[in-house]
This record gives sequence, C-alpha cells and structure tokens, in this order.
Amino acid sequence: MQTPDPIKPESYNSDVFPTWCPGCGNFGIWAALKMALSNLKIPPHKVALIFGVGCSGNFANFVKGYVFHSLHGRALPVASGAKLANSDLHVIAIGGDGDGFAEGLSHTIQTIRSNVNITYIVHDNHVYSLTTGQTSPTSLKGFKTKTTPEGSFEYPINPMALAISAGGSFVARGFAGEIPHLSDLIVQGIQHRGFSFIDVMQPCPTFNPQLSYDWYRQRLYKLADQGYKPDNRHKAWDIAQEEISEKIATGVLYQEQRATLEDNFPQISKTALVKKDFSGVDIRQFLGQFK
Amino acid sequence: MSNKLITIKIGGEAGFGIKVAGATLGKVFLRLGYEIADYTEYPSLIRGGHNTTELTIGPKIYHVVRPINLLVALNQETFDKHLSILSDDAGIIFDPEKTKPTTDKFKLYPVPFGKILKEIAGSDLMKNTVALGATLAVLDGNIEGYLQVLKEIFGKKSDKIVNANIAAANAGYSFVKENLQGEFPYKIEPQEVKDQVYLTGNEAIALGAIAGQCQAYFAYPMTPSTSVLVYLSKHGPKVGMLVRQAEDEISVINQAIGASWAGARSMLGTSGGGFALMSEALGLAGITETPLVIFVSQRSGPATGLPTWSEQGDLRFVLHTAQGEFPRIILAPGDQEECFYMTAEAHNLAQKYQMPVFILSDKNLSEGGKTVTSFDQSKIAIEHGEVLSEEQVKQAKKYLRYQVTESGVSPRTLPGTENGLFTANSDEHNEYGYSEEDGENRIAQVDKRARKLETVAKEIPKPVFYGPNNADLTIVSWGSTKSTILQAMESLKDKSVNFLHYSYMWPLGTAQFEPLKKAKKIMVIENNSTGLFEGIIRENVGRVSEFNFRKYDGRPFWPHEIVKKILNI
Repeated sequence: MQTPDPIKPESYNSDVFPTWCPGCGNFGIWAALKMALSNLKIPPHKVALIFGVGCSGNFANFVKGYVFHSLHGRALPVASGAKLANSDLHVIAIGGDGDGFAEGLSHTIQTIRSNVNITYIVHDNHVYSLTTGQTSPTSLKGFKTKTTPEGSFEYPINPMALAISAGGSFVARGFAGEIPHLSDLIVQGIQHRGFSFIDVMQPCPTFNPQLSYDWYRQRLYKLADQGYKPDNRHKAWDIAQEEISEKIATGVLYQEQRATLEDNFPQISKTALVKKDFSGVDIRQFLGQFK
Repeated sequence: MSNKLITIKIGGEAGFGIKVAGATLGKVFLRLGYEIADYTEYPSLIRGGHNTTELTIGPKIYHVVRPINLLVALNQETFDKHLSILSDDAGIIFDPEKTKPTTDKFKLYPVPFGKILKEIAGSDLMKNTVALGATLAVLDGNIEGYLQVLKEIFGKKSDKIVNANIAAANAGYSFVKENLQGEFPYKIEPQEVKDQVYLTGNEAIALGAIAGQCQAYFAYPMTPSTSVLVYLSKHGPKVGMLVRQAEDEISVINQAIGASWAGARSMLGTSGGGFALMSEALGLAGITETPLVIFVSQRSGPATGLPTWSEQGDLRFVLHTAQGEFPRIILAPGDQEECFYMTAEAHNLAQKYQMPVFILSDKNLSEGGKTVTSFDQSKIAIEHGEVLSEEQVKQAKKYLRYQVTESGVSPRTLPGTENGLFTANSDEHNEYGYSEEDGENRIAQVDKRARKLETVAKEIPKPVFYGPNNADLTIVSWGSTKSTILQAMESLKDKSVNFLHYSYMWPLGTAQFEPLKKAKKIMVIENNSTGLFEGIIRENVGRVSEFNFRKYDGRPFWPHEIVKKILNI
C-alpha cells in the first residue's frame, strides 16, 4: 500500500532522503508541507506537486504524491494547466526566488491575477544556491556574491507588495524556522478558495550565511499576535512596505474571496474536465456554418 | 457544362471587409454547386493598406488560378495594381467617381458604388455589398442566393442592417442589368450540387480538434494561427472544451503540458516566433513523455518577418527544436480535408506515443478557403493510448511510470489514481521518475524514448502518388503546396509527370522513402529558399534531387508557374 491509513507526515516521504545541506531552511518547509497535508488528510494521490528548478526544485525527489519537476520558472503555468484539467486535485506549486521572481516573474504576476485555485510556496533564500551562490532578485542591496563581487546593486523585489498589487487573494509570509506556524499557513492556503501565495523566509547557511536563523528571528514578528485582521488591502500594503532588513511580518497579510479562474469556465464548474465524457462530441452541429 | 474556371479578385483598403466579401461570394457559389478556392492578401495593419481576396470557381478545382477574369476594384490602387495579371478578356468593376480608368483594354463596368449608397441611404462600409451585387449581374447569375447569404450573416444583428444590405446588393445588381448590358465571356452556370463544406485550413483544424476530442486548447494570438483560437473560443465550450489565452507562449505550452499530464487531451497553437519561445518546454514534454499536440502555422521569418505572408521555412526548426535528443512526430496537412482528419489523428498519436505531435501548416493553407467533401466523423476512431485505471494499477505489483519496454511506450497513470504515483521529471530519471544520473539508466531511458519513434514509423502511411504510375519526372512536395501542384497537374496530363506528396513528415521510415528511390528524376517544390525538405531527403536516403523549384517571396506558388517550370526543363 502506498497510502497508509491514517495519513501521517511520513506518508509523504519518498524513497530518497533530501540532499540539502545540513541546516538548510528547505528541511523546515519540507516538514511543514508534509504536516499540512496530513493535517488536511489529503492522501498523496490527491495532491499534485509542481516544482521549478533549484534547491527547492530538488524537493521533487523527496516527497510522495503526483509530482511534476518542471523547468526553471515554469512551475506555475504547469500547475495552472493541471488544475484546469482536473480541479479535483489539490495543486501546489513550489519554487525558489529565482523561479518566481526572475525566470518566471511574469507567470507569478499573471497567475496571481488569474486567481486559479492553487497554492504557491516560494522558498525565498535571497540567493541562488544550486548554482553555488549568485545574486537573486530578492537579494538585499550590497549582498556580495560570485556575480556581484561589489555587492548587489538593484532594488530587491518585494514579494508581498508584488502579490498585493497583482490582485493576490491570499498573500502570506512564513519562516522556515517555525514549522508549526508555516504549516498552519500552508493549511490556510490550501483551504483558501483561490490563489494562495506564501513567501517563505528560508535561511541558506551555505551561500547566504549572513541571513541566518538568528538574523531572521531578530526581525520576525507574527501578525496574529497583534490582533491583525488580513481584510484590508491598504493595511496589508503598509505592512508589505516594511524593510525586511528591519522587521519581517509573518502570517496572512491579505485575504479576500473572489471568483477563481475555474469559475470563469462554466464547462468545468460542476465536473472536472478529465472526468467529462467527450465520446458523444458530434461535429455535425458545426458543419452547417460552412455550407 | 463547361470546364471553364473563373477567377475573381476583389481589392480595396483594409477595413472594408474584403476578406468577408470573398468568403460571402464563395458561399453563394458553393450553393450553386461550384468548387471554390480562395486566397487573401493583407498587410499587417487594421486600416488602410491594400487588401485583396481572389476566388477561383469551377466544376473541379484544387487551387486559385491566375490570370484574373473579373477584377472588382473598390479603390484606384486595386484598378492600377493588378492589370498585368488580368486575362485579355477580363472585366473590371469600379466606381467611376473614385477611380479613373487607366486603360480601355478590358471590359469596363463603371458602377458608382458611392452614389448608389447615397440614394438608398446606406453606409460607405456597404460598398462591397453593392460591388458583389454588380459582380453577380456581370456574371449573369441571379441575386437570390446572395440575398439569402446576407440574411444569414446580418440576421443576428438587426433587420435594419439586413434590409440595408439587401437594398445595396439589389441596387448594384440592377445598376449593371439596366445600364451595362453586353456580353461577358464568363458566366455562372448551374452545377450539380455536392455535399461540400467551404472553409479555411484553420477552420478545418479547429473542427479536427473538436472531432479528435481535444479537451483543452491553449494559445497566444499570433498570425496565422489566431483564427483557430478564435473559432475554438466561440465554439469549443459547446462541446465542453476548455479554451484559454495565456499570458505568453511559454505559459501556453507549459499550461498545455500541465493539463495533459493531469489527463486532458491538450493542444496549443502558435506560429514560428511564438514557437521559438516554447523550445525549452518542448523538451520538457519530450523527457516527461507527456502527450501534446502542437499546431504551428508558418509565416515568413525570421523574427517578425512578413507577419501576414506565407512560407514553409520552419520544417527543420520544428524537427530540431530544443536541446538534447528526443522523439517527435510532424504532420503537415496538404489541404483543408487533411487539416481536419490529421488534427484528429494527431491527438490519437500523441496519446498513444506520449510525445509531441506537430501539425505544421502555413498562412496559405491556414487562411485559404476551399471546398472539400463534407467531413465524416465516423472515419475517426478515438484512441486513448495506454492509461491504467485504478484496478489495473492494483494488479501490477509495483507501478513504474517510465518502465523500460520493448515498444518504448510505458503505460501512464493520471494524477488522482490511487497507487499510481510517479514523478514527471525534467531531469533524467529512473523508471519511477526520480532524478537519476547513472549512465546505464541514462542510456536505457534515451533508447526507450527513441524506440517509440521506430514504432510510429511503421504505423504511419506512405506518401501519396498522384498521376501515372511511371513517369519521367516526379514532383515531390510537402504540406500546403499539394493543391497548387494538383491544379498544375491538370495542365500536364499529356506529359510524363507524376506527383509524390508528403504530409507525414516525421518520422520517415523506409516505407516513406521507398517511392523516392524508384523515381527516375525528381523535382522538389517548396516555399522556402534553402530546400529544407530536399535536404532532409538527401540526408536520410542519399537521394539527390535533379531539380528543385523554390519560392520565398511570401506568396504561394501559382499553378501556371509550376506548369511553366516543368515545361522548361
């Protein structure tokens, strides 16, 4: 049996043990995701996990489910296509800051605005690690890497502000070092009807040691602890403007209910596309136009 | 009944409904039993510029022929520009208030479109309606069929628009009948009415997608592929098809791959430039063995090229796109009929062999209208390939998605199937799908994927011969040049010439090349400048062609050009 009952976090372990560096933040995200899926009692065969390419993409080998390890930057369109084809699946896209904010930035913006009912988790370590340490779109200004020996000089992308301005219906930030909190965010994201965007602060002890667990902990604060309600886009915007070099809010910044991408296609509103019977399709109804 | 063909050319500014006028006139002739082929030229802009459409009608035709027998000039430019391609006995319909005749060599039909429209309070946009009414009068046809088509076209809008157009058509018709009597050598004659459809290649491809039970179509608008997206956006949902315009071509192909992986029969449409953006993801479909139908309608490249003109310049491109080696199937339908059946077949092949399958068209075929025998869906048997159900997976002890098999095809499961888990992996992978860099595994997976193509080569049909069995010269062509060459063959019946047409372009196995080895002398005809298919033939069978005929000015080959070329060798 591939699906032990009851479902436990270990039910999602693959045959391959993670090859990430000791202390990598990816372990925390891995654990949080498995915990979230088991809390929601989603069996591995009902979850579609679509990965980009990078250290986060290698996750594809370390988790059990219907897994698609796609191209760098392209996890979101693959995930959207899968969801449109089979809306009964829980579709989760996973990538890094290079996937989401460099190679696939336009997909990130477009998928957020489409509000397709999937969850997107970004492993945001502010550095390119699988290629052994180059600057990323979220690297802090002045960050010295192999390709920016004098320090990163471009203004960093602000994922929270980006998601809010693109019309994100669920915009959240988590921390790889706080597994239960992150797991809860993933649960909320999966339960959210629409596109859920979760940017995860992920320490990379090997290629970005400056942004250590301690560095993050000194700046993190939980929105929920302050009685924050994520129902106001302007307030969310203000929080998103906080410089992460000073303070980092975690939790849900903004959430709203609105039509999903799938809602705009009446043909899949009741039955998933792959479960519809096309055997009765008859072209004679169209031939009259050409006679 | 005479065998006489009539070619009519209508020209005017963009925005004056030239293409619609051609298609409307075609429909009138279709209902009179004629066979029709049309051809449209237009620049890449919305208003202004010079738009033309030409129609050839006759009891039996394959392609538009020149010279032009009747020119309908909606502006001065049309009058002036096409005099050199008119037959000596041609007529010209024009508005004498707007257009100064620069010749008296042809039979001139001055019809004051503008003045007529003023009298009946019609809008200037209805110039073409007056002109088509006049056209039918010059050709000695009756007006009733045209009035019926106008009712069908404008009926959905309002009675007012219908009535205005009917008045315009009648006015144009009566003006000629009352004022411009005289013998015109081309006349509409009643034909035997056949069960035909008159449609463009793209319309046939869209219908083929529906008949092939395509469930999801993704595209980003790009001439000359856009009309498939437009047609399916309107009609696809009626059969449950999901049609989506994505944010760019990279998203298009990746969404199509995701949808196909999840179990939907998926297709995408683009042209060369858009397909260039899809290169990397084509390889993703290849290595993950995800079924995918890719419709590429070629236009003149490279880069933006001639956006609204035609070329067969992308054969090598679709054959070799993306890094690495992986199998693909390329189909290049030759006419509207093949567009329909081969699109449906492409979906079957994609499912059976779990690989990208191309439908390679071009502007000439995609946007060219033609009458063909009405489509028979019962000729299409839907195949789903090897997809394991939950029951079948249970029976297998351990399911391995990328199991190395003799045919190369490994049975699939679809996400959602219990116990059928796997990883679709852009990295080289083992039989489960996990990333694997071991050398032996690499060879096993590369060979497994490659073996699928050998299986395909045995299944796909041989190229089709037209004309006598033995001939001194064999014309060889592929894709959209089929109709032109068949039309030319009508004038070469007393010559020792036959014609070998390829529409299954890849894989090419022994059976596909066999007829080439037997041919005495061959002439490869293609719409490109470097002889792409000629090179493929040389590379694969060592057959060097004795002659070739290439055209790359964006225009189609005209039948008379082919006849001349052959008579001159």
